[in-house]
Amino acid sequence: MPMDVMTGNSAQAYGAKLARAEVVAAYPITPQTTVVEKLADLVASGEMKAQFIKVESEHSAMAACIAASATGARAYTATAAHGLALMHEMLIWAAGSRLPIVMGNINRAMAPPWSVWADYQDSIAERDTGWMQFYCQSSQEVLDTVIQAYKVAENHDILIPAMVMEDAFYLSHTFEPVDVPPQKDVDDFLPPYDPPIKLDVDNPVGLCALVPPDHYMEFRFKIAKAMEDSRKVIQEVDEEWEKKFGRSHGGLVERYRMEDADAAIIAAGTMSSTARVAIDNMRDKGKKVGLARLRVFRPFPYEEIRQIAKEVDSIGVLDRSYTFGHGGAFYTETAGALYQAPEQPHVKNYVIGIGGRDIPPKDIEEILEKVLTKEDGGEVEWFGLRTSGSKEVN
Amino acid sequence: MGKLTIPQEELMNSGHIGCLGCGGTLAMRYLLKALGKRTMITIPACCIAIMSGIYPRNFLKVPLLDVAFETTAASASGIRAALDAKGIHDIYVVGFGGDGGTADIGIQALSGAAERGDNIIYVMYDNEAYMNTGIQRSGATPFGAWTTTTPVGTTGDFKKRPKKNMVEIMVAHDIPYAATASVAYPEDFVRKVQKAKDMDGTKFFHVFSPCPTGWRYSPEMTIQIGVLAFQTTVFPMYEVENGVYRVTKKPAKRKPVTDYIKLQGRFKHLDDETIEVIQKTVDRNWEMLLAKAEFTKKFAE
Repeated sequence: MPMDVMTGNSAQAYGAKLARAEVVAAYPITPQTTVVEKLADLVASGEMKAQFIKVESEHSAMAACIAASATGARAYTATAAHGLALMHEMLIWAAGSRLPIVMGNINRAMAPPWSVWADYQDSIAERDTGWMQFYCQSSQEVLDTVIQAYKVAENHDILIPAMVMEDAFYLSHTFEPVDVPPQKDVDDFLPPYDPPIKLDVDNPVGLCALVPPDHYMEFRFKIAKAMEDSRKVIQEVDEEWEKKFGRSHGGLVERYRMEDADAAIIAAGTMSSTARVAIDNMRDKGKKVGLARLRVFRPFPYEEIRQIAKEVDSIGVLDRSYTFGHGGAFYTETAGALYQAPEQPHVKNYVIGIGGRDIPPKDIEEILEKVLTKEDGGEVEWFGLRTSGSKEVN
Repeated sequence: MGKLTIPQEELMNSGHIGCLGCGGTLAMRYLLKALGKRTMITIPACCIAIMSGIYPRNFLKVPLLDVAFETTAASASGIRAALDAKGIHDIYVVGFGGDGGTADIGIQALSGAAERGDNIIYVMYDNEAYMNTGIQRSGATPFGAWTTTTPVGTTGDFKKRPKKNMVEIMVAHDIPYAATASVAYPEDFVRKVQKAKDMDGTKFFHVFSPCPTGWRYSPEMTIQIGVLAFQTTVFPMYEVENGVYRVTKKPAKRKPVTDYIKLQGRFKHLDDETIEVIQKTVDRNWEMLLAKAEFTKKFAE
């Protein structure tokens, strides 16, 4: 199969192309811009057969995707940070409409102060919109996940939209080798979108009408159920992908050197790759540490997290965003999952890499040391703050 | 008996839950008659979205997608793109929004679609305020009107600025066709829709849709109010085809604006001096329209 050297953003675009997205509606925003440019090139050259609506805002981008998807077309868009925030209302609309739209989101910090660098505040703020959330650690995973996400989202038992995340600049603008699967193999894996209901003049229906209290709750429950059911489908689709293309991305949670670990860190995105180096270094020193990479945050993999709790005495959760008031979202959700678990390891939150702050292996090694020793000092620590006096937050 | 010029086929089911005398429902009914059943409609939050009936009811015999308030035009663009992607080119795609959803919150998406030249039909049914939520002023509320957010009070705090001229705004986008129409003149409306429906690009209709509830008149007077809006030239009938203006219907003799204003409770606080200001504005706008029609004649192909 052909290897290409490309950025994570190109991987998004090729993922959409290989998935045969029929309608693209997108608005440029740093650091997503090159996704839009690549798609424009692919469409202009005739390499990709799609209608590309060059919308005037991200809000309209998602509105157009919703309408296109409701008309029976496979729809794709990409955004980042403030673009995602502008879409907020439409994200809820897409999920409520049960439309399997796939969107790339290039995780970027929110202003003010202005920042274009990596941070998960944007997507974490959208966790309650009813979208599945995948966090990728390589450009290969980005390309593969866009295609996988359509397969999960379009499953008639699921029918909810999915976001495929990349870290700003670490992935969006970094070149690395990517295996681009042949179109015919992707076509075998992902059949054309065949919605159970759509806008059709021969069978006219009204969609998204006003619903009284007699019905609304059931509509919302069905989304909740679909999100629960998506766990199994995500796992199966990743396994099917592995059979066909020879690589897995770990389903919901990818484990690294967890077999005999005494302590684990939970992390997502590109910092997981750094964490591998840190863990190898620690292992070389005889320290039994491992990594559980959150590939999927919605639905939250609570069973996998409880399994990890059975295996280790201490967990450190690394968050690249913060929920003002208490703790990073990965931490509070991990802690929430463990409340019902029989095993209760020591758990602490490390808020790290905010606004693109560099995360070198030595920082993760330092955190791993703290996790191993079950370091006290509160539940939440902003790690690596320049102002040491305010280092301890709790 | 005259010749029937309006198609007889009804594409709107009976049993909508609009107010008695609602102009908006007539706008929808005539539009669908003009377009036929190979039509898809998208509707934002507005009176019509409620009138269509609560789930699982639906008042249209064509596919209907309810969308968020500010997304009518972008949604229409999305439907069009999906149909084009499927190679389906014989379906009319319509965005049908109220004046608030069009002139205010939805104007960005509409401007975007018009600038791109997306092949859609956009209909703004104008009842001159946010009527669905209870008569709050919009950008299309006329000068002098009372609404619940322009209460007259003791300080005379009625609407102090003229209504936003949506046809002019759309003409400035260099679209192939923009026109006014009125539910009081269905033949004129249907004729305009049938003329423009197959033009490529964004087509815009500003449809005058009197509202007994918000304008404070008795429901049986809707058509009469529409006729008076035309006869006084408060709301003239014209079209703009590729920048060329044409008045499609001229009143035999213009009536004073008081004939129109005095029938509506929303203007009852106006004194003679303010009505005179309105008269002068209407006169000026009418003369400007006639001048534009005269001036642009030479650009007709």
